[in-house]
Amino acid sequence: MNARTDEKERKKIKAVKKMKEIMTFYYIDAKTASETGKKVAWITSGGPVEPLIAMDVIPVYPENHGAMIGAAKMGVELCEKAEAMGYSGDLCSYARSDIACATVNGGPIGGLPRPDMLVCCNNICGTVLKWYEIQARYFNCPLFILDTPFCHTSFSAEAKRYVRRQIDEYITFLEDVCKKPFDRDRMAEVGRLSIEGQRLWQAVLDTTINRPAPMTAFDAFFHLALIVTLRGTQQAVDYYRLLLDEMNERVREGVGAVDEEKYRLLWDNLPIWYRTKWLSDKFAAHGACLVADTYTSAWCSSLKYMNEDDFLESMAEGYTRIYLNIGVDEMARTVIAMIDKYGADGLVMHSNRSCKPYSLGQYDIRSIVERERGVPTLIIEADMCDERNFAEAQIEGRIDAFMEMMAAKGSA
Amino acid sequence: MITAGVDIGSITAKAAVLKEGEVLAVSVGFTGYNAAQAGMKVLAEALAEAGVAMEGVDAVAATGYGRRSLPVAGTIVTEITCHAAGVHLLHPRIRTLVDIGGQDSKAILMGDDGKVKNFVMNDKCAAGTGRFLEVMARALEVDLDSFGELSQRAERAARISNLCTVFAESEVISLIAAGEERENIIAGIHEAIGSRVFAMINRLGYKEPIMMTGGVAKNKGVVAALERQLGCPIEISPYAQCMGAIGAAVVAREK
Ligand code: SF4
Repeated sequence: MNARTDEKERKKIKAVKKMKEIMTFYYIDAKTASETGKKVAWITSGGPVEPLIAMDVIPVYPENHGAMIGAAKMGVELCEKAEAMGYSGDLCSYARSDIACATVNGGPIGGLPRPDMLVCCNNICGTVLKWYEIQARYFNCPLFILDTPFCHTSFSAEAKRYVRRQIDEYITFLEDVCKKPFDRDRMAEVGRLSIEGQRLWQAVLDTTINRPAPMTAFDAFFHLALIVTLRGTQQAVDYYRLLLDEMNERVREGVGAVDEEKYRLLWDNLPIWYRTKWLSDKFAAHGACLVADTYTSAWCSSLKYMNEDDFLESMAEGYTRIYLNIGVDEMARTVIAMIDKYGADGLVMHSNRSCKPYSLGQYDIRSIVERERGVPTLIIEADMCDERNFAEAQIEGRIDAFMEMMAAKGSA
Repeated sequence: MITAGVDIGSITAKAAVLKEGEVLAVSVGFTGYNAAQAGMKVLAEALAEAGVAMEGVDAVAATGYGRRSLPVAGTIVTEITCHAAGVHLLHPRIRTLVDIGGQDSKAILMGDDGKVKNFVMNDKCAAGTGRFLEVMARALEVDLDSFGELSQRAERAARISNLCTVFAESEVISLIAAGEERENIIAGIHEAIGSRVFAMINRLGYKEPIMMTGGVAKNKGVVAALERQLGCPIEISPYAQCMGAIGAAVVAREK
């Protein structure tokens, strides 16, 4: 083995293997649920999953599935199918992929298992409401909607009461569908595991405060899957502990994710799933490391509102005050805090054709960040799943120009 | 020191030869389907005009969409950096550069040292590029080159509220149907493109003096519309089309 492949080996994250294993078993479990007598719920990525875990229901995430479809470069085919069914090309590509996939059992894993119920929380966007209604009609199964009011400037006591009450309704809904009583002790346990998992995930992400950063946002996009899908389980906790140990070891040994890390950048918005490798290589070639992102950190950003001794009570607030459900000013404050925390020299914003709530306001955030921290922003116009919105030459030109500008600034 | 810069764009390829910061020659040709060949051709032409042999060139840099295809390029760099470098060499007072090409438009903010401080680009949408004008010229059955002149004869600018090329085209067709004067419609089109570009420049936070380059800079109507929006004059470089190539030659010297 020569020094180059040696170095490449050293940079490989070993936990990846374990992660793939866990995800494979998770999907096998979900897809064989009807044989094992377990119930399956489809739930939105920002949805309250813990009560499902407490009821032994297997949660399945169409958005995680959408990411897999995107990464497998199967998004265009499914989006085109949805468009042929009559859905607008402006609709989110996760929604289009999922709606089309359900009718043909396509995609990399032959479709998701049939749901026994759907759980939709609109804390991420309004799209999910109609999307889940469509699926509820298609599968003819019950749908629960958790309505979380948008927090323009604050979270009022009324809003809190309103969401809290719906959590009781949610529990009644689960008792009805599962035909068994809700176990509060079990719920408390799941709540504690959820918070522990989130803390560990935050700790993993925070290892990139070190220079060089032991991992990049592109790695975080991959390792995110468990905190989304298996939040509230011992398995997620164990896995992130393993990953954290590995990252800490890399920090101790000075192993950086990018050779000669020169620039530290912050990523905003969803990944461009079908181009993560290309983008990661592109930035790395410039010595740029994407040290953090607003996306993967969203699955632990509510920790400040959560109370592990009373999960159900604090959950109303935690699930309402997430990144996509707050005003632009608070979003900008979050971005600035991340720039400070991770020592970022630049911001990379993916203006995502699919995700309107994430992309609206980016230009304002950009100017606020520029004003407050003098940090420049690169905007990449694309789509997380629909490759038809990715123009390689243009995007490459923008990235190269941005990195040239950073280099000129550095030398000035 | 003699350096050369080659800018291979999606439609045209440009080359420039520089000697100690002085432009010896420039050359322009169509890119066609073979970017490398087109780049080599304009380079050979510029060298011939400058009376310099290829062996006499100390360094070559390539830029533009086809920048990676030029076999003789020692340096590969983007148009953003090159435009700034070119403008800084020829017009060092300029702080903001607006480049409106056929396919995209960009605005670059430069520091006192001529380095890029910030930039914005529009490469997804035809509105605000030369393409928008082309579509409108076809709808009006007017030669694009006479657009600037015709608009200056307008009594008033017709209102074109849509910024989307597709919708604006149907708006123009309804204006024609309603009997609106062609000159007024053209003036309205220039206003529309001007406000689109103005919005882009505003996002950048521009600084005077401002220069415009790119093919659309030849259209007096667009320049005038943008000047009205900005409330300040815009300078046009005689080398407007070749600024990227000239800048590449400057960058080649620095490396
Ligand atoms: S619109 Fe955005 S938040 Fe909503 S489902 Fe699509 S990607 Fe997710």
